[in-house]
Amino acid sequence: MTTILSIHRLSKSFEGIRAVNNISFDLNEGELLAMIGPNGAGKSTCFNLINGQLVPDSGSIVIFGKKINGLKPRHIWRLGVGRTFQITSTFISMTVLENVQMALLSHHGRTLNVVRKVQNLFMDESIELLERVGMADQQDRACGTLAYGDLKRVELAVALANNPKLLLMDEPTAGMGPKERSRLMELTAEIVQTHRIGVLFTEHDMEVVFKHADRIIVLNQGKLVAQGCPEDVRRDTGVQEIYLGREEAARLEKII
Amino acid sequence: MGFLIVQFLTGLSDASGLFLVACGLSLIFGVSRIVNFAHGSFYMVGAYLAYYLIGYLPLGGLSFWASILISGLIVGLIGILVEVLLLKRLYRSPELFLLMGTFGLILVIQDLSRWLFGSEDLLGPRCPGLDGSIDILGTLLPQYDLALIIIALLILLAIWLLLNRTRWGILVRAATEDREMLAALGVNQSLLFTSVFFLGSFLAGLGGALQLPKGGADLLMDLNVIAGAFVVVVVGGMGSILGAYLAALLIGELSAFGVLVLPQSTLVMMFLIMAVVLIIRPYGLFGKGKSGEYEYDEKTSAPIQPASERLKLAGLGLLLLVLLMPLFAGDFQLVLMIEIAILALSSMSLYFMMGPGGMISFGHAVFFGGGAYAAALLVHHLNTPMELALFFAPLLVGLLALIIGWFCVRLSGVYLAMLTLAFAQICWSIVFQWSAFTGGDDGLLSIWPSDWASNRIVFYYLTMTLCIGGILILRHLVFTPFGYTLRACRDSALRVDSIGINLKRHQWFTFALTGFFAGLAGSIYVFSKGSVFPDEMAIPRSFDFLLMVLLGGIEALSGPVIGSAAFIWLHDLISRIHFWQLILGSIFIFLVVAFPRGIAGFLDNRFGRIFSNHIGPRA
Ligand SMILES: Nc1ncnc2c1ncn2[C@@H]1O[C@H](COP(=O)(O)OP(=O)(O)OP(=O)(O)O)[C@@H](O)[C@H]1O
Ligand SMILES: [Mg+2]
Repeated sequence: MTTILSIHRLSKSFEGIRAVNNISFDLNEGELLAMIGPNGAGKSTCFNLINGQLVPDSGSIVIFGKKINGLKPRHIWRLGVGRTFQITSTFISMTVLENVQMALLSHHGRTLNVVRKVQNLFMDESIELLERVGMADQQDRACGTLAYGDLKRVELAVALANNPKLLLMDEPTAGMGPKERSRLMELTAEIVQTHRIGVLFTEHDMEVVFKHADRIIVLNQGKLVAQGCPEDVRRDTGVQEIYLGREEAARLEKII
Repeated sequence: MGFLIVQFLTGLSDASGLFLVACGLSLIFGVSRIVNFAHGSFYMVGAYLAYYLIGYLPLGGLSFWASILISGLIVGLIGILVEVLLLKRLYRSPELFLLMGTFGLILVIQDLSRWLFGSEDLLGPRCPGLDGSIDILGTLLPQYDLALIIIALLILLAIWLLLNRTRWGILVRAATEDREMLAALGVNQSLLFTSVFFLGSFLAGLGGALQLPKGGADLLMDLNVIAGAFVVVVVGGMGSILGAYLAALLIGELSAFGVLVLPQSTLVMMFLIMAVVLIIRPYGLFGKGKSGEYEYDEKTSAPIQPASERLKLAGLGLLLLVLLMPLFAGDFQLVLMIEIAILALSSMSLYFMMGPGGMISFGHAVFFGGGAYAAALLVHHLNTPMELALFFAPLLVGLLALIIGWFCVRLSGVYLAMLTLAFAQICWSIVFQWSAFTGGDDGLLSIWPSDWASNRIVFYYLTMTLCIGGILILRHLVFTPFGYTLRACRDSALRVDSIGINLKRHQWFTFALTGFFAGLAGSIYVFSKGSVFPDEMAIPRSFDFLLMVLLGGIEALSGPVIGSAAFIWLHDLISRIHFWQLILGSIFIFLVVAFPRGIAGFLDNRFGRIFSNHIGPRA
């Protein structure tokens, strides 16, 4: 099994707050790794460090054997890293289809083309991507008018456009109903299997996490407090304390 | 030694004057994000009011200071009126419409002042008790200069106390720094905005009144001070009062001493300073990131659609009309059509930058005028034939745009707009002052088309070919991958970066394209007129283009063409009437209130269905 993402002693502070504090972990090919933790634990900051939006204070990030500290997001994307955002970020003046076409235009290095019309470019590929995330029937709608859950799926299609080997998904199922959630995670699991890519995702819905993740890492106040397979993490008293509070955890232990 | 001290104090006094105009503007911008171009007009009204009040108030020595205060208060009340009646309606419109509304105000106030106060330049009265000079080591300094320095410091202190020691001030600062928090606090925003607008306008009126003994009052004051005021606000960092004071100080002193070293520097010093500051600190000295940003309104960003069959037919009809025009139109109409076509091409290039590109330029005239001058200089100095001049001039301007754009794309929002203005002013002053090469104020004359094109009708067809061709190319660009990428950059810098697109590079190339096509328009223009003057590069020219784009509406691709035609037609129609600015300004104000999406946007809203392929609401 090859390691595609390797984080070593990573730290990042904002004005005194240690948002990410000395974190190390690996992600392997074909693995669906969940990163969980309460609000403000440092999950999004971690994502921003990995995709180059933030520059780490210390520590190293190695993707596909290449140290990427200091590279810009657009360069990291070219290495084959796709990303979706906690707060969706799409081109609201474009249709769903055009959003995906945009990513493909960039992937194929065509953004400086001033001759062809976008209308006829990469149509089949775009539609295929939209079909994968179940948005093909809404391809002509403006992104500004979509429901939040649908926007998340458009983002996923965009993130898949460059055939990433590493996919970073920050709360991919926010704004979706329970059924939609598990369908999206099943889709993700399937992509992981067929394309042998690695996925790092965050999620507040523990049911989704324990059902789909191969492995879980737990963050609290910037620190990595536990990691392992879902069963181990579920039993970890430290983790229970974080999520339920000390007393609750103690009570739970008695019951068990 | 005495001379240097006096020079320093003169600089300080000038800085005080600048600060007095700028502080109100900064305050207003900080809270409401309104780029109030009419601020200079308020300043002018303050000066006029004080002039007449001083004459009428029977208070003896006290009447001077009383008049100044009352003028400020009256202007403050006018500010309230403007805010409540006009601006309040526009807070939800795209910021560009606010801009257009305040442009309209400038025109209206200009003509109302002409009517009320007369068009003669008024010499300011002296300040009783402070009309002498002080001797500083052998050099004289007017006492009133010293008074201004102290008054500015007092006002700075008063504003600081107001902002830091009162509940109202805390709300103002909260609104400046974090608007969402303010909304969350449940503050009555409407009242807050009005009160800030009152204070800002009061300060403008006060500033105008206070400088009366130094500069008097005239009808050009409004535009003369507004550029300077904006420079100060931007250099200081928008919304920062202390920043504004320091910026004024920097500009005042560097100008005072710069003149000694390089006398020609007066015209450009402040723009040079702004360019340098913005290049080093993209948000001004004390500005915090983001606050100068135009946020794109969702209403303005529906997906673009290719022209429907019917719209294409309509376009074809229009084209046919243009082609057949010489058969039935007189010379005068042809000249008008030529001008419309040229300005439409220039506006279209500005539109490309502003609409799909999301970058607002206050200095578009540098490209248009640059094209005119490039062509004229080629003809004048190298005897270049028209054909070659028309070929090389746009390329030269494209190159210029690459240089200017390289700096500008590092910024965004108002800061970017102001940097374009700075570069435009710098280029303008070079053209204006380098008489040996550019003819200076006298311009360059006898730049005529080649023989084969000197016939009016031939020239008409030549112009139409180049201009319509240029417009169609720009239109086509919007539908190409490049145009889409540009819109993507405008919509979300974050997303663009995370799909591997280099935002700055695309914006940079947009500058080049804009420059090229505006330069083409300018070079045709010079051959149609036979001469060129520095005015073609000056601020009012830039504002003309901005108005044409705004008039047409930023949303529709046909906007700039419709806007230019309407602008020139209106201008031609009503400039023969006495108070034409009043009418034009009122039309602008009416338009922004009645059609917040621009004329083309309105037509599309109203009649879009007729020209649309799709039935049902537009996505
Ligand atoms: N740009 C920033 N500037 C200052 N502080 C920041 C910034 N981004 C994050 N923080 C702080 O860093 C900490 C971690 O934030 P982060 O967004 O990474 O948490 P998270 O685990 O993603 O939380 P959530 O589950 O709410 O998304 C928080 O205390 C947050 O306030
Ligand atoms: Mg987060």
